[in-house]
Amino acid sequence: MKELSLHILDIAENSTGAGADFIRIAVDETFKDRYISIEIQDNGSGIRQEMIGSVTDPFVTTRKTRRTGLGISLFKAAAEQSGGSFEIESDGKTGTVLKAAFEKNHIDTAPVGDMAATITTLIAGNPGVDIRYEHTVSDGLFHLDTREIRQDLDGIDITHPAVLEKIRGLINDNIEAKR
Amino acid sequence: MAKLSVDDLKEIKERAAREASLRGGETNVKITVHMSTCGIAAGARDVMATLLEEKAECGRTDIKIVAGSCLGMCSSEPNITVEAADEEPIVYQHMDANRTRQVFRRHVLKGEVQTDFALAKK
Repeated sequence: MKELSLHILDIAENSTGAGADFIRIAVDETFKDRYISIEIQDNGSGIRQEMIGSVTDPFVTTRKTRRTGLGISLFKAAAEQSGGSFEIESDGKTGTVLKAAFEKNHIDTAPVGDMAATITTLIAGNPGVDIRYEHTVSDGLFHLDTREIRQDLDGIDITHPAVLEKIRGLINDNIEAKR
Repeated sequence: MAKLSVDDLKEIKERAAREASLRGGETNVKITVHMSTCGIAAGARDVMATLLEEKAECGRTDIKIVAGSCLGMCSSEPNITVEAADEEPIVYQHMDANRTRQVFRRHVLKGEVQTDFALAKK
């Protein structure tokens, strides 16, 4: 993947596949810290104990359409080859938490990339899923929660183009502009 | 924290009300962007962004764009499936921004299936 935000999109799509209706995405690239940390948490069906050790194996998957499962293994490989770390936790019932760290100055660390595109794609493509997105850049924490936005919208569909445009603008103004 | 401003909300509500008066809440075309690891790595997010732009431009609320799972045709990703009411679903392959725009303007808006880009009838 060319951007970390594409890995995030991919992992979050796994969450929706696991029946999650809430996903929390946290990115921390605070200036003084040596690592970019990414955390993705969902309330989906989780990963059974006997599977949790093997989900990072590209030849392990539960899907039937093909016999490989690359998403998590690619993300793990990307983190580890860039001097970072990777962990995944699940109790097999109430969701999954996935944490990865990337060394900021490592040559193999991909840029975080277009988070506005990732978040709007997730919202647009999965209207039944709520997303909380937290992103810490040098001058503080930005957060966006679709549950709050839905309340303010008062019945208007969150996937309406005008809403998505505003969300994209909010993220770009608060993250891209302040990097 | 990030919130939509009162002005933003007002603008959105006015626009939504304008469009709702033109069309009811029905869905006439459903477009699925197959958003799996293979699709995302091949550019499915750009395809989704292009579709959202095109939808915003035409102002039609009866077009639904959703994320779908892998079709098992990873080598032809990014794939999208266009399902128009009363028509067979068409899967398009190797989509990029330009091809997506063409499919949207010709197939989705005018009903002309773009056979050159089609992978198969589902």
